[in-house]
Amino acid sequence: MEGLLSVSIGTVAWATISFLIVLFLLRKLAWGPIVQSLKEREEGIANAIREADRAREEMARLQAGNEELLRQAREERDVILREAKAVGEKMRTEAQQRAQNEADRMISSARQEIDNQKKAAIADLKNQVAQLSIEIAEKLVREKLSDGDRQKALNQALTGEFSKN
Amino acid sequence: MSLYFCREFFRGYFMTLTPIQPAPFRPALRMACLLALFFALVFPVQASGGEGDGEKFSPGDMIMHHISDAHQIHIIGDLYIPLPVILLHDGHLDVFSSSKFWNGTNEHGELLFKPYTASSGVTYENHHEVITLAGGGHNHNEHVAHSSDSAHAAHPAPDSLANMTPGHGDVPHGEEEHASHDHPIDFSITKTVFGMLLVVCIMILLFRSIAKSYLRRKGQAPSGLQNMIEPFILFVRNDIAIPSIGERKADRYVPFLLTVFFFIWISNLLGLIPFIGGFNVTGTMSVTIVLATLVFIITTVSGNAHYWGHIVWPPGVPLPIKVILVPIEILSIFMKPAVLMIRLTANITAGHIIILAFVGLIILFGQNSAALGYGVGAGAVLFMVFMFFIELLVAFLQAYVFTLLAAIYFGDATQEHHHHEEPSHASH
Repeated sequence: MEGLLSVSIGTVAWATISFLIVLFLLRKLAWGPIVQSLKEREEGIANAIREADRAREEMARLQAGNEELLRQAREERDVILREAKAVGEKMRTEAQQRAQNEADRMISSARQEIDNQKKAAIADLKNQVAQLSIEIAEKLVREKLSDGDRQKALNQALTGEFSKN
Repeated sequence: MSLYFCREFFRGYFMTLTPIQPAPFRPALRMACLLALFFALVFPVQASGGEGDGEKFSPGDMIMHHISDAHQIHIIGDLYIPLPVILLHDGHLDVFSSSKFWNGTNEHGELLFKPYTASSGVTYENHHEVITLAGGGHNHNEHVAHSSDSAHAAHPAPDSLANMTPGHGDVPHGEEEHASHDHPIDFSITKTVFGMLLVVCIMILLFRSIAKSYLRRKGQAPSGLQNMIEPFILFVRNDIAIPSIGERKADRYVPFLLTVFFFIWISNLLGLIPFIGGFNVTGTMSVTIVLATLVFIITTVSGNAHYWGHIVWPPGVPLPIKVILVPIEILSIFMKPAVLMIRLTANITAGHIIILAFVGLIILFGQNSAALGYGVGAGAVLFMVFMFFIELLVAFLQAYVFTLLAAIYFGDATQEHHHHEEPSHASH
């Protein structure tokens, strides 16, 4: 077993030289570029992921904006519709009111006209009655002068005519 | 999610260890390890038991041969690939092929060695894969016939070695090495060094090509090899470095952690490939000690005031406890990397030993009777397949554990104060 655990100066020297050479050579030629590119790739991947996240966030933000816009538009539409409806209603009631007023006015004026006509008719009738009365009175006066009997009959005829009227 | 759970589990699991112990193996692993240890310890004794029965197969020797370092690569049978031997002795450098030591093979395909006189005139010999100056007291049976007299004269053996009886072949090498200052310094490209260089080449080619495809396909999804490796790079960076050290400071340590992780992992996997010599790179203390020392240096250099403050003068602790705690804390600075080293070496070596132990089992039974060999072989192969899968997991796990603990140590060293700040905040 002693051969296993003994340390030979020559082997130690070779081991030191070869290990240090391989360490320095690989550090320059291999580990440097390899670790560098690994780092770059890791950074690239991290960047790509970050970018994707950002894009997704942007998208979500845009979508939220769109929805907000849509919501606003819908609200606006509702408001406009409501206003239009109110305006329409108002116009309708106003028109109705106006028509009513017009009708009322026309009715009242017609009523007044009728009243006036009636008054005029009554006045006219009164005039005619007065005229007739004067004519009767005139005829009576003339009959009286000629015959009493006839006067009586005429009187009766006239009163009947009056009562008919 | 599940990786996270796995990390928390293993962090808890490994953090509960006292610093001195290596990682305990799973029960099955521990059993197999004991078995392997049994082979490793018992069979060499039997083999060198002095009955002159040196031809008998020794699983312990076979295992040690495979997991120990060597100056050549053993492919299969008597096929060996020589590696360069580089020796520094008395100020001159000798470079030659390790095949110069070869002197044929014995009937088991094991190499026999002879001394070799290099161009500098110094004669060396390969003594159990430790290169010594020829003519020392190493009078092994297989060497004795080829000992060069001239070398003997040129380099007289030290007295301490001359006193040894020739029959005592298995003296501990450590003692020899301490006793003799005549050893050349061995900078050879051994099996382990070769395996390490192979791993280094694979890493540079692999990661350079991946880095190029990152530059070519900037900002695009990964493809091919890049796609295969990227999860592991991300794993080390995002699941080990950043949680342990913190987002801000992790970048400074990520290159080291990535290099350590892939170095250990690829070395572990290389050790599992059969027929290429059984590399045991991360199971060699000489390699893991370098990794652990680098972790120690980085931790120590990057330690901030808060870190050292906690070690030298732990806040909110009564004075008598401080007296006990401070030496422990100071010891732990050295213990933490030492544990990393031992854990990695022990785990990988143990894995190799277990698999080889089953191979040894088949051969051992097969020697007694062919039928028994096949019978045991069927069971052993099943268990070896299972062990290979475990080892594939362990190969990754040990790389992960080493990297994670190193990252945690770096994190501790660079941590900013949290809860101890409250009183000063209140006073401001």
